[in-house]
Amino acid sequence: MSLDHATVSRIAKLARIRLDEAEVTRMQGELNAILGYVEQLAEVDVEGVAPLSGGAQMALRMREDEVTDGNYPDRVLANAPERIGDFFAVPKVVE
Amino acid sequence: MSLMDMTIAAALDALAAKKVSAVELAEAHVAAVEALNPRLNAFITTTPELALEQARAADDARAKGEAPALAGIPIAMKDLFCTEGVRTTAGSRILEPFVPPYESTVSARLKAAGAVMLGKANLDEFAMGSSNITSGYGPVENPWQRADGAKLAPGGSSGGSAAAVAARMAMGATGTDTGGSIRQPAAFSGIAGIKPTYGRCSRFGIIAFASSLDQAGPMARTVEDCAILLREMSGFDPKDSTSAERAVPDFRAACGRGVKGLRIGIPAEYRVEGMPREIETLWQDGIDWLRRGGAEIVDVSLPHTKYGLPVYYIVAPAEASSNLARYDGVRFGARIEGKDLIDLYERTRAAGFGDEVKRRIMIGTYVLSAGYYDAYYLKAQKVRALILRDFQEVFAKVDALLTPTAPSAAFALGEKMDDPVTMYLNDVFTVPASLAGVPGMSVPAGLDAGGLPLGLQVLGRHFDEETVFAVSSVLERAAGFAHRPGVIAGGAA
Amino acid sequence: MSYVIEGTTGAWELVIGLEVHAQVISRSKLFSGAATAFGAAPNSQVSFVDAGFPGMLPVINRECVAQAVRTGLGLAAHINLVSRFDRKNYFYADLPQGYQISQYEHPIVGAGAIEIELESGETRTIGITRLHLEQDAGKSMHDQHPSKSLIDLNRSGVALMEIVSEPDMRSPEEAGAYLRKLRTILRYLGTCDGNMDEGSMRADVNVSVRKHGEPFRTRCEIKNVNSIRFVMQAIEAEAKRQIEIWEAGGTVDQETRLFEPARGVTRSMRSKEDAHDYRYFPEPDLLPLVLEEAWVESLKATLPELPDAKRARLMRDFGLSRYEASIFVMEQVTADFFETVVAGRDAKLVANWMLGDFFAHLNRTGTSIETSPVTAARLGELLDLITDKTINGKIAKEVLELMFDTGDAAGAIVEARGLKQVTDTGAIDEAIDRVVAANADKLAEYKAGKDKLFGFFVGQVMKAMQGKGNPALVNEALKRKIGEPASS
Repeated sequence: MSLDHATVSRIAKLARIRLDEAEVTRMQGELNAILGYVEQLAEVDVEGVAPLSGGAQMALRMREDEVTDGNYPDRVLANAPERIGDFFAVPKVVE
Repeated sequence: MSLMDMTIAAALDALAAKKVSAVELAEAHVAAVEALNPRLNAFITTTPELALEQARAADDARAKGEAPALAGIPIAMKDLFCTEGVRTTAGSRILEPFVPPYESTVSARLKAAGAVMLGKANLDEFAMGSSNITSGYGPVENPWQRADGAKLAPGGSSGGSAAAVAARMAMGATGTDTGGSIRQPAAFSGIAGIKPTYGRCSRFGIIAFASSLDQAGPMARTVEDCAILLREMSGFDPKDSTSAERAVPDFRAACGRGVKGLRIGIPAEYRVEGMPREIETLWQDGIDWLRRGGAEIVDVSLPHTKYGLPVYYIVAPAEASSNLARYDGVRFGARIEGKDLIDLYERTRAAGFGDEVKRRIMIGTYVLSAGYYDAYYLKAQKVRALILRDFQEVFAKVDALLTPTAPSAAFALGEKMDDPVTMYLNDVFTVPASLAGVPGMSVPAGLDAGGLPLGLQVLGRHFDEETVFAVSSVLERAAGFAHRPGVIAGGAA
Repeated sequence: MSYVIEGTTGAWELVIGLEVHAQVISRSKLFSGAATAFGAAPNSQVSFVDAGFPGMLPVINRECVAQAVRTGLGLAAHINLVSRFDRKNYFYADLPQGYQISQYEHPIVGAGAIEIELESGETRTIGITRLHLEQDAGKSMHDQHPSKSLIDLNRSGVALMEIVSEPDMRSPEEAGAYLRKLRTILRYLGTCDGNMDEGSMRADVNVSVRKHGEPFRTRCEIKNVNSIRFVMQAIEAEAKRQIEIWEAGGTVDQETRLFEPARGVTRSMRSKEDAHDYRYFPEPDLLPLVLEEAWVESLKATLPELPDAKRARLMRDFGLSRYEASIFVMEQVTADFFETVVAGRDAKLVANWMLGDFFAHLNRTGTSIETSPVTAARLGELLDLITDKTINGKIAKEVLELMFDTGDAAGAIVEARGLKQVTDTGAIDEAIDRVVAANADKLAEYKAGKDKLFGFFVGQVMKAMQGKGNPALVNEALKRKIGEPASS
């Protein structure tokens, strides 16, 4: 499988990274090199193998239902690039 | 021994005996950072005032007889650990203005143990790299020098941590390891470093690269110092669902166990084509040292080793593409304004992320996208299961594995930069342990023909860091590695 | 007679499936310790986890898991002892992590069913496909500033149950009945307050149309409809839109739409124009959720009696009609109220009074069973006064109204206002004499055979006694005094 220019553009859009045409072209070459390299996995027989998704081999621990966090809007908003009142602000979104 | 050459173990003794104060240690190290950092760029942010304040507090505590385990030990903190009130960048311009309003669990533990933080160590951007050249704050220079005078990479991603410890700017450092990011720079910089078992150190407050692989660990000049640091960094944390609910052993005590009666496996698959002669030789030396120490050497096979890198370069970017979605210019970090929200996102992320990060986000996005998930991500997860199975089968037969840490010594800044895949090959020996979650340590064991340090890697069973420390200590003593880098605090620059 | 919409080419059948997002009742959020209460100051109920800060990690709330299991059990659904969380990746201003933690491949609850009841008295079973746990997003406000959207993350991370139905509904009425029934079950279970005004229950509605006997045609999803009435309106509007397209020879595109209640139409959602590719993958910050069978059993053991079972019991034990019982079980508090009042009393009397005057006064005063000044004990006291003939039914109606308006108890009102039924035959006779004397003409007509006038005399006597006469005694005395009319 090899990525064409349009696919690289689509992926960049999906990842919300602006790439100009030259960058798309360069990225296309680099991504295809990486994909070419990982292609070798095709030769591994994984018939009947359950996928391993995590690093830890245990079950999920559950916490008790108690309010232990929050109630610090100023700390939450302290790093905001833009803030209006106690809200984060972004350019107006049309739904 | 000068203050700057002291190990953590020796410094703790000297502090306890009142032969030196924490403030003296801090002042000496702050001065070393001031002198060397302009050249080595090992720190993105230095915190000299905080260091002196913490040192005074450590001295006060000691005066009252209440000194915690690391009171007064000056360390570097990889700039991936969020530190409350101290800017944390992950080596990325996108976090240039970010001052965390919280502390990572590992850095909090070290703080509580009395460690003195000298600053935030440089790293590859979001820990993605094996060279430290992807940092948004400039590359780190390896304090070791090659005969041709070329500036060398310290390895990565914990390159700033490794350089700081090697150059005696810090006694120890925190690192994180996702595919080799502690072990490879430790090897390149002639120091020791351990990636403990996945789940041993809390990931809470560590800026995520690949969640199923990221694991914090210590870097220091000796195996014992790593053991001392790891004990304080480890432990169950209810804030991390993948943190293991296990008691933390006395790793330092394990360093003295020896290897008598242990079975050490030598995996055939790590004998790769094109590996430099010196590394082959060093590996053989390591085998001989362990045998002499009373270990039984066993040839073993980890048949899926060669698939470790391709699995890693699917799984890690996939997780990263999702983990890095939060850097969108809305709640924290840098923002580039746009005509609408999507434009803002795209500009912010285009400007804030460097090339390697963009590449990995793109790869990760692609392998998770509709129509490709099964062929790439799901397949990689299945092969990952086979890699884990390889280790489980081998560890039914042997107590630890011995391998080289990296297929080469440190390379020059600028080398291997033309093609990402060549760079990725650096991680060939370290990635499989990350995928399986088992602990691995790099021990400085010798020099190559050019006088650059080489490391040996010891891998152990899940949660059996003690055996890893025992084996590593025997290697360290036998190797007698006493070489020092060319750029060093108080030494010739 | 099944529901169809007549188009120019004939009758169209509707195919409807619902995805309900029900906010889980819990003190803290699904993956963080921040509070969940509605209406707090902006960004005050937000932890760094909820705001997607670097290095923050999710830790699951046991109660939210328990609530999902209870709901699954309440929907007679299969509980998956092993489930898993996945990340659903997309960028949006109020989605701080850039992904939603949800359950995609392995939900906690599998197939179940809900029985609904229609106006006609007919019942239908609607299949539940699955229920999964996921985190809610924050809230974007687009109308507070001329050029900015404002983001409040208080809701970010609150636990939701997404309850997905099979495409089993065929009319707006069925969809409405399904939502009402689901809401009732959730409220009985105490797993969701079902408050659609506050957004704690929202529905995504999938609608398609087809000719009878056809396979499914393309469906559209109407997002985030926040009342049962709007759901019903949206279905009708969307079905009509699709029918027009098909009948004009066009094709319906599968898309996400929004319902505009003011105009009564659905429109395409601009922000969802991008074909979405959510890139689901297992959430690496969490481990598989493994439930102990014994824990599930213990939750099952503490489930309340659910509406269907309760309705059957009320019909059986108290002789209520299905209609009466259905109304009482709609809300658990109503059923509890009925059961409290009916203890030791006549069920028919209690049912009649509750369904009649009592509910009417709740409506009139804008109160509910929980807030009404007339508690079950007080209503019971009133009914007892009727039963022991202290007051008659007519006076009781007045007393109940006064109970609502003054908050006083029935006995006190009757006492203070002298409303006790008069059983003194002397007083009754005296009142009759007065009435008869004043209505000699009517008496003559009565005697002449106009027997309906007997009621007139009863009314006049009661009036003369300010309604307090014991009706039976008044009747008896009247018969005695004015005799039978001449047979005609």
